Amino acid sequence: MSTGLRIVVVYPDLLGTYGDGGNGLVLARRAEWRGIKASLHQALSADPVPMGDLYCLGGGEDGPQVRAAAALRQDGTLVGAVERGAAVLAVCAGFQIVGTTFPDANGSGRAGLGLLDVSTVKGTGPRAVGEVVADITAAGAGPLPTLSGFENHAGVTRVGPGAEPLATVRRGIGNGGGDASEGAVAGKVLGTYLHGPVLARNPALADLLLGWATGGQLVPLDDHEEAALRQERLAVGRRSPSGMARTRRRISRALRR
Amino acid sequence: MRARASLRARAAASAAVAVNWASRRAGLGSGTVAGGRAGLVVDPHLVEKLCVGRPVALVSGTNGKTTTTALLAGALGAGLGGGVVTNATGSNMPAGHAAALAAGGRTGPVVLEVDEAYLPAEVASLEPTCAVLLNLSRDQLDRTSEVRMLANRWRVAFAGGAPVDLVANADDPLVVWAAGQAERVHWIGAGLGWRNDAVGCPSCGEQVTFADAFGAGGWSCVCGFARPALEAWLEEAADGGSLACFADGRRLVVDLELPGRFNRANALMAAVAASSMGVGADEALGAMAQVPSVAGRFTVGEIAGSPTRLMLAKNPAGWSELLDLVGGGTAPVVVAINARTADGKDPSWLWDVEFEALAGRTVVATGERARDLAVRLRYAGVDHATVDDPRAAVAFAALEDGRTAAPVEFIGNYTAFHDLLDHAR
Ligand SMILES: [Zn+2]
Repeated sequence: MSTGLRIVVVYPDLLGTYGDGGNGLVLARRAEWRGIKASLHQALSADPVPMGDLYCLGGGEDGPQVRAAAALRQDGTLVGAVERGAAVLAVCAGFQIVGTTFPDANGSGRAGLGLLDVSTVKGTGPRAVGEVVADITAAGAGPLPTLSGFENHAGVTRVGPGAEPLATVRRGIGNGGGDASEGAVAGKVLGTYLHGPVLARNPALADLLLGWATGGQLVPLDDHEEAALRQERLAVGRRSPSGMARTRRRISRALRR
Repeated sequence: MRARASLRARAAASAAVAVNWASRRAGLGSGTVAGGRAGLVVDPHLVEKLCVGRPVALVSGTNGKTTTTALLAGALGAGLGGGVVTNATGSNMPAGHAAALAAGGRTGPVVLEVDEAYLPAEVASLEPTCAVLLNLSRDQLDRTSEVRMLANRWRVAFAGGAPVDLVANADDPLVVWAAGQAERVHWIGAGLGWRNDAVGCPSCGEQVTFADAFGAGGWSCVCGFARPALEAWLEEAADGGSLACFADGRRLVVDLELPGRFNRANALMAAVAASSMGVGADEALGAMAQVPSVAGRFTVGEIAGSPTRLMLAKNPAGWSELLDLVGGGTAPVVVAINARTADGKDPSWLWDVEFEALAGRTVVATGERARDLAVRLRYAGVDHATVDDPRAAVAFAALEDGRTAAPVEFIGNYTAFHDLLDHAR
């Protein structure tokens, strides 16, 4: 096993629908650029999950999501690694998998990994698809710039007392439970519905995860291209103000009553 | 009973022609889709009525539809004579079909490019002679979400439907799943460069194992789901070209104006489709060799004073084909990405494309989502410049490169490609 920071992309064959494999690449490059020795492993679902310091899970379709959750429960390495202090970024279907339960294609609940106190049910409204702008609220994530990303999911996720919501959406749907929350964080496990992939659009979030995994201070990088992308995407978010999202939330709240 | 177009269908066809004419006069572009929509309002069954009694071929799949449609239309035109009616503009939904049929002759063969989502309905209503199934992979996820769902819908449609000759890519497990319950299938080894959507077995969910890079060795799953026996496949010729090889022993040279192995594979699929419609594969391939460019793709034109080859790649599978084609060269590369409705509004698929292959070249990022692309190129380790205006980007690339011999390689996604094509001379 290689030394240095071990970054593992979990099951890219099952959980890699929305370019989420890019998150692993972003982490590895940002470590290398700082002179931190890092290795990037693509862990296919047919093979045992390797030991790692930082795991990335991405989005996937219903069937592959169920298979991924079952395989990860059986494999056990990821859960063990988190108990020993590994960090996790879980996106979209991956976010649902690290929670306690998530819905399969028929809407029946399936057991997640229980790494994050969130539970997901099938949404009743239209799929949440579009640009997201969200302000970080989690104390566990520290002060971070506004999040930018793109969401595409049908699930509604509730954050339990063992975790805190990551952010509050200014534009977009996020967790979809009517409280405008987006994502969740507990310890070194961070879940979000944002892809883009999320770390390419939010280098500060990448550095938060790298800091968790290395335990060290990180020197700043020249992120002017990321900054230009963020400025453009956040401006798009401002152009169509949160009115629509607010209206949608109000309707979904009214329907639940 | 349905041998002649009914009065209502004739009226609807005239309506479509009239709207097309008026819309062209009003400067609304070719007006094809508007005219087709008008025709379908007058008669919702316009498309099927205009197809009655004619040989009809449908072409569908994620990549290569427009090219394969044009190649097949060329082959049928040469082999069967008469005007072939086809939706050459790539308007591949019912309104586009209605418009093409209304504007074309009332007899002779019909070749239609069909959007993947509309294929089941059109196979049922048009009762085509043959349907070509090229491949299925991720494309515009913000709109169509799951590619497996699509494969399942195809499977149901072909299982119980009217007898149709399916020409199916046996190297794509999702296509084999889709066509697997049909009565008459010509299995073709057309290759599959992008496999990330095919690794999960559509039958049991286990991992599909591929024997080699282009699928010549086939694929299989532990459940027994595997590549069927091939009726025809491509082999590399010594000169870098391709041979169409048939299980009956025939070997035909595939020599096209269009570049790339993927286009030779499209030609093989079209040749087998042509055979099922009465045109010999050798004659069909001969006619396809004459097709110079399809809907502007691979056109070499002049952009801002620089010779430029214009290429279209809409999704990771299309990109893997084009990177194969331009990879190894030295010409400067301009990549243009938009994210309008026709492109899909979520460009996260850029991270599924192996832009790493462009390292060391002169590379310029452009288009409305140039910033997403620039960040992707940064992490791919590809030095690049970002120039917002696509024509300025081409001029910059030519200048930066300092060479004049090789045309600039311009690769854009759907609207980025078409915007620049309008400026090519
Ligand atoms: Zn299987």
